[in-house]
Amino acid sequence: MVKHWWKLLAFLLLMYTCTMGFLVEIPRLDDRLQESIRNLFFHVPMWFGMMLLFGTSLVYSIKYLYKPSLQNDLWAVEFANTGILFGILGLVTGAIWANYQWGAPWSGDAKQNGAAIALLIYLAYFVLRGAMNDEEKKARIGAVYNIFAFFMLFPTIWILPRLTESLHPGGQGSEGNPGINGSDLAPSMRIVFWPAVFGWTLLGVWITHLRYRWRILQEKKWNDEKI
Amino acid sequence: MKKFNFLLLAMFALIGFVEAQPNNESVMMSNGKIYVVMAVVVTIVFGLFLYLFLLDRKISKLEK
Repeated sequence: MVKHWWKLLAFLLLMYTCTMGFLVEIPRLDDRLQESIRNLFFHVPMWFGMMLLFGTSLVYSIKYLYKPSLQNDLWAVEFANTGILFGILGLVTGAIWANYQWGAPWSGDAKQNGAAIALLIYLAYFVLRGAMNDEEKKARIGAVYNIFAFFMLFPTIWILPRLTESLHPGGQGSEGNPGINGSDLAPSMRIVFWPAVFGWTLLGVWITHLRYRWRILQEKKWNDEKI
Repeated sequence: MKKFNFLLLAMFALIGFVEAQPNNESVMMSNGKIYVVMAVVVTIVFGLFLYLFLLDRKISKLEK
C-alpha cells in the first residue's frame, strides 16, 4: 500500500479539483467568461499534463540512447501515448469551450493550430515506429525521433503562438504564460489550479504505469511462446 | 466482481445520502443548476478511478 500513495494522492487531488473547481469563488472582471472560467481547472491541466508526460517520455528516450533497454523504450512509448491522449482531450475540451466563448469550435487561433501540429508530429512517432519491424532499430530511431518531437513543442506551442495575436490569453502584448504568472491568476483560483495540474498529471502517470506493466507482460508472453 | 458491486452500492448510498440532506434542493438548484454538473463530474471521475483501481489489481494479479 505504501508504494501506491501517489495513486491515492491523484484521487484526492482530483476529487478536490472536481468539487472546489465548482465551489471556489471566481473573479468576475468584465464577465465575458462568466462561470466558464472554471474550465481552467479541467482544460488547461490537460496541456500541462501533456507537456509533463511528453517531457518524461523525452527523458526515457535519452536514457534509451545511453543505455538501450526494453524498459526505457516502453516507458518512452507509453508516456508519449498518454501525452497524446491528454493532448486530444485538450483539443476537444478547448473546442467545446471555444464554441461558446469565441463562437466557433475552431478559429484557426495560433495556439489551436500550434497544438494540432504538435500532436500530428507526435502521432508520426507511432507511424514511424509501426513502419519498422526490427525491434532494436524501431526503438533507436524512435528514441531519436521522440527527442525531435519534443523540441518541436518549443516553436509550435511555446514560441510561435506568443508572437502573434491570439484569442487565448498570453498572445502578443502579454508576457509569458498567464497560468503561471502569479499576478495574473486570482489567488482563489490558484489554490485549485495547481492541485488540478498535479492531480490530472498523476492520473496520466497512473494510466502510463498500467500500460507499461501490460506491455511488459505481453513481451514476457511472447518470449515464453518463442521458447 | 463482488467487490465491484459493493463499491457501486457504496457509491449509490453516498449519492443517496447527499441527495437526502436538508436544503439540498436549494443548493443543487442554485446558480443555474451548476452543482448538478459538479455531481456528474465527480461521479465520472470517481468511476474512472474505480476502473483504474480494478485494472491495476488485475494486472498485479497477472504479474504474480
